[in-house]
Amino acid sequence: MIAVSDEKKQMPNTQTVIADNELSDQVVLLHGGAKPLDGGFQTVGDVRVADPRMSCTGVNVYYGDKQAIKDVSLDVGKNQVVAMIGPSGCGKSTFLRCLNRMNDTIDICRVTGEIKLDDQDIYDRNLDVVPLRAQVGMVFQKPNPFPKSIYDNVAYGPRIHGLVASRTELDEVVENSLTKAGLWDEVKDRLDQPGTGLSAGQQQRLCIARTIAVEPEVILMDEPCSALDPIATAKVEELIDELRENYTIAIVTHSMQQAARVSQRTAYFHLGNLVEVGTTTQMFTNPQHKLTEDYITGRFG
Amino acid sequence: MNKPENARVRTIDKVKASLEKRYARERRFRRLGLAAIVLGLSFVLMLFVDITSKGYMAFVQTHIELEVYFDPVVIDPDGTGDMDAIARADYRKIARQPLRELFPEVTSRRDKRALYSILSTGAPYRLLEMVREDPGLIGTRQTVELIADDDIDMLVKGHIDRHAAAEDRRVNDSMIAWVDRLDADSLISLNFNTGFFTNGDSREPELAGIGGAAAGSFYTLLVTLALSFPIGVAAALYLEEFAPKNRWTDLIEVNINNLAAVPSIVFGLLGLAMFINLFGLPRSAPLVGGLVLTLMTLPTIIIAGRAALKSVPPSIREAALGVGASKMQTVFQHVVPLAMPGMLTGTIIGMAQALGETAPLLMIGMVAFIVDMPGGPLDPSTVLPVQVYLWADSPERAFVERTSAAIMVLLAFLIAMNTFAVVMRRRFERRW
Repeated sequence: MIAVSDEKKQMPNTQTVIADNELSDQVVLLHGGAKPLDGGFQTVGDVRVADPRMSCTGVNVYYGDKQAIKDVSLDVGKNQVVAMIGPSGCGKSTFLRCLNRMNDTIDICRVTGEIKLDDQDIYDRNLDVVPLRAQVGMVFQKPNPFPKSIYDNVAYGPRIHGLVASRTELDEVVENSLTKAGLWDEVKDRLDQPGTGLSAGQQQRLCIARTIAVEPEVILMDEPCSALDPIATAKVEELIDELRENYTIAIVTHSMQQAARVSQRTAYFHLGNLVEVGTTTQMFTNPQHKLTEDYITGRFG
Repeated sequence: MNKPENARVRTIDKVKASLEKRYARERRFRRLGLAAIVLGLSFVLMLFVDITSKGYMAFVQTHIELEVYFDPVVIDPDGTGDMDAIARADYRKIARQPLRELFPEVTSRRDKRALYSILSTGAPYRLLEMVREDPGLIGTRQTVELIADDDIDMLVKGHIDRHAAAEDRRVNDSMIAWVDRLDADSLISLNFNTGFFTNGDSREPELAGIGGAAAGSFYTLLVTLALSFPIGVAAALYLEEFAPKNRWTDLIEVNINNLAAVPSIVFGLLGLAMFINLFGLPRSAPLVGGLVLTLMTLPTIIIAGRAALKSVPPSIREAALGVGASKMQTVFQHVVPLAMPGMLTGTIIGMAQALGETAPLLMIGMVAFIVDMPGGPLDPSTVLPVQVYLWADSPERAFVERTSAAIMVLLAFLIAMNTFAVVMRRRFERRW
């Protein structure tokens, strides 16, 4: 982070596309409290990528009368990590939960717009969410292993989806998933012990193992490291980097260092608007929007 | 020099000044709380001491040891060995014979009747049972402990004042003299009262037992459990997990909460009108009792079940949904197992309520005097609390201790059930 901001300071702020009067408006907004951006706000940067895995167009999310996401369009590229950053309550988690329809569980939540997974609209009336969630897995903020054995935690997904034919095959899936999640060596001798007995970092890796045991194509991670210490965080980040080879990942994080370390693209949310999208390098070295710049340099957020 | 310091009272001084008052208030409150606990506990203690002191003697019963001659002339005059004929024989004669032998000086008809009355009317049946079990006894002499009449039982247990005027007590002077002589020969003994646990109700206190009522309670609770647990859990599951949250479900919720507060006798009236008069189910039957108690315990189970389901952390649901479990799989493989201890606790508490319930069962005729043991949920029977109610109404002194003893048994069941519920809750409380 320090390195990034140092770099930033040396850069002359000439490439900004925002007109001076707009810029001063934004500053007023910031000082006057967290006011939303005006209605017809256009996201800065390119929301599309060459080979998208998931593609969102004009997504709006409402909780009752309150609009949490405003007209957001964003692509999630194949075998890429997209990081979503922004201050608390900016809607980044809400947006992430739209991608595998986890918001369906909230009664008052309403989603409009179009979210496509490989050209299939996932909010299609006829679409079944069960296979969708098998395809788009999710890792939550708080480690939430089932109160069952470590083995059963990982085996649960393959079992309910009927992915394995035999016990030996299931054993293999469990071992592979735990190995990929970097947990195998730590737990291989106590697979029958409850998953809730592991440390927080191990629990989170167990949850990641549980998610990848189903072999999803996209993995959504909602602040996966917020409850972890730096060492556990480093392990999970390493893991994310490895998983990128086979999976498409969207991650919400509060840590800008983490976004800088693990992602290829970064999206900055502010009060329900997607303010700016770009490659991570560009976002952290040369943000185009004043809000993005203020946030990543730590001036607010 | 110190002017600013003197002018302003320091905050810490204000705090200190208020401290004493605060602490005094705290002490007062603590003492009040302690007093409340002591008062409550002392009432409970009074109840237990009262019931136990009145009832514990009912667990023993006075018996008179007699040498009985199973006279073949009386039992089996034709010597056929036919069990029917043997069952019809006059066992009263056989039971009275040893008394006559012990007290040959008793000759007048009136005194004889008084002498025979120190044995319970159930004594001859005991002899018949013995012969039934072993016909080889016929023609032999056996030492048998025969059950004494309830008045003699009371006399031996010291509940009859020997110095009261003769017309004020139920045993006359000669009876007291006979009993004292039997006692001096150590022929009178207080034995464990198995009959109290195995017999049905009886007009004779020494023969009355809670066996029939306990069986009735068992069948009633069986019906209640079999109906209220699945219905209650299913209703709680549907309302909590599947039902849309709208005005109708709100209305249902309010009504379920109201039902929990409806006086139980109202459920009894409903049972009488619906199950007996409309559906024509048998009166006094545990089946109907179970149905009525099901109506009564359902709200308890539904409310406890919903609370248990609500207490399952949403993260578990999200975890299951996140790996692609369907709604049903999430609910039945993750939520229900975690909520089950809470649901079971609610069910056991509901069952304990049902076990102690009297009023609605009076309305459906379970208050009848029933001597036979019920053989199933369709046989007429009574239940433990109603048995207590019936005995409490009886004039005989011996029923007083039986009432207390029945209450002790009922309380023991209730305490056992509630303890089980508490243990379950403790055990499964911290699973996540």
